[in-house]
Amino acid sequence: MRIFSALLRRDLAAFFLSITGYVIIASVTVLTSLSFVVLLTAFATRPFTAPVTEMFYSTYFFWLIVLLVAPVITMRLFALEKSSGTFETLMTTQVSDLQVVAAKFAAAIIFYMVAWLPMLACLSIVRHFTSQSGGLDAGTVGGMYLGIFLTGCLFLSLGCFASAISRSQMAAAMISFVLGVSLFSLSFLARLIPVTAQWQSQVLSCFGLFDQMDDFARGVVDARTTVFYVTATFFFLFLTLRVVESRRWK
Amino acid sequence: MIEVSNLTKCYAGRTAVNGVSFHVARGEIVGLLGPNGAGKSTTMRILSSFLPATSGTVRVAGFDVFYDSVEVRRRIGFMPENNPLYPEMRVREYLKFRARLKGLSGRRSRERVATVMEQCGLTDVSKRIIGQLSKGYRQRVGLADALVHEPELIILDEPTIGLDPHQIRSVRQLIKSLAGKHTVLISTHILPEAEMICSRMVIMFDGKILAADTPENLQKLMQGSSQTVAEIGASVAELNAAFSQLPGLEKFDVSASDGEFQRCALTPRDGCDLRPAIFALACERGWMLRELTRSRHSLEDIYVQVTKPNEEEES
Repeated sequence: MRIFSALLRRDLAAFFLSITGYVIIASVTVLTSLSFVVLLTAFATRPFTAPVTEMFYSTYFFWLIVLLVAPVITMRLFALEKSSGTFETLMTTQVSDLQVVAAKFAAAIIFYMVAWLPMLACLSIVRHFTSQSGGLDAGTVGGMYLGIFLTGCLFLSLGCFASAISRSQMAAAMISFVLGVSLFSLSFLARLIPVTAQWQSQVLSCFGLFDQMDDFARGVVDARTTVFYVTATFFFLFLTLRVVESRRWK
Repeated sequence: MIEVSNLTKCYAGRTAVNGVSFHVARGEIVGLLGPNGAGKSTTMRILSSFLPATSGTVRVAGFDVFYDSVEVRRRIGFMPENNPLYPEMRVREYLKFRARLKGLSGRRSRERVATVMEQCGLTDVSKRIIGQLSKGYRQRVGLADALVHEPELIILDEPTIGLDPHQIRSVRQLIKSLAGKHTVLISTHILPEAEMICSRMVIMFDGKILAADTPENLQKLMQGSSQTVAEIGASVAELNAAFSQLPGLEKFDVSASDGEFQRCALTPRDGCDLRPAIFALACERGWMLRELTRSRHSLEDIYVQVTKPNEEEES
């Protein structure tokens, strides 16, 4: 635990001590504000019945942020350590591979959640200036953030995996971007093809990230969706761990 | 402390280390010498259990580096080649982080960090950002990191590379002061450095060990080929005639120097000292003698010397 907390602190510090961290936070803030502007323009023209959190997400800015920011956050985790050689100093101490992977992932998800905090300000502005206080209760905001957390986990674990398999940060970012976009495209497919009893369509519906996010934004937490995200995250973290271990395979 | 037997490491299509065996006793300072690509760094990476060996066994303090990797890593302080550090951290912060990683408690890590910073002369720069430090200071940070948890074995890969002479001297002093208390394995390609610091040297070339002995013994081994260089003011013909009659001379080479002087490189037979004979010769013939030196061996000569039998066998 002592080692884990030391690793976590160092990885978090790396985000907050470097300019990249602040650039990421600033970009996320700009994009959420943009979506906020789009949303307010829409509100001004016609009335909506859906909660504001759901509207927020429906502008697609959300997915743009997830797809772009996750690779940028995770690209340096392993790739930078490998290219600068610090991976060698790190792995020749008594740390276990699991501790390293867990600490890096935890640092990434914490940073990611911090980057989403400015959205709370946007929501409170909506609450202050509109009559839509009903759509902004703790449940919908909590659901929204849980959704952000779970999608974040999935996309960041993808990014961890991409970073672990490459030595170059650029390559890591590109691989995780491609993986992320593939996953994202699957949800388009899932939306296009109606859900039937066949197992193929059942499986595909699991990848319907849009519909799942819709639910979260409405404050509906579906156990199946949660299980899907958690399992997929653990799957990619497991792959990352295997990649890190593979260095010592004979 | 270290027992390496039949260590082989193959990278895809290339054998970096080929059947290497050596051992290092507790408290010794051993130098791993060799040119670039000799397999020194690979050997050190395997010793620090960063890489697995293709075959052969390596034991550190009785633990196998592959099967008891954690136990081995607990006992070593490793400074890799080029000394990688986190440039955005401050010196004290970095050392503290490393101490915590190595399992030291909060209080103990504070004490140890203060001690090693004192030991490595880092107290003045404890609050500076590592990325802004000079190479010499960064090297010392790397050393301090290797020492911070008081490991039994310290492995330093080229610790003095890229330093200025002052810094090299202080790093050497520091390494020397570790003898007895810690076992130290350092790699270098500078022979005088190894001679100065190490109680024993292991010379590697092309993935194999060519020689392993104390610096004195290796020097003796080498003396057979030590050259004497003389600059004499005489004609080439005269010199050739005189040298061909000189006893104890195996080989000579006369080349023109500036003015009337000739530069003569003389190789003795059986490692005898040719200098008195040359001086006597110059006196006898009334030649002007302006330089007379016996060359000390560079590492290059040692490689040439030790690899010579193989080349002859092949040809």
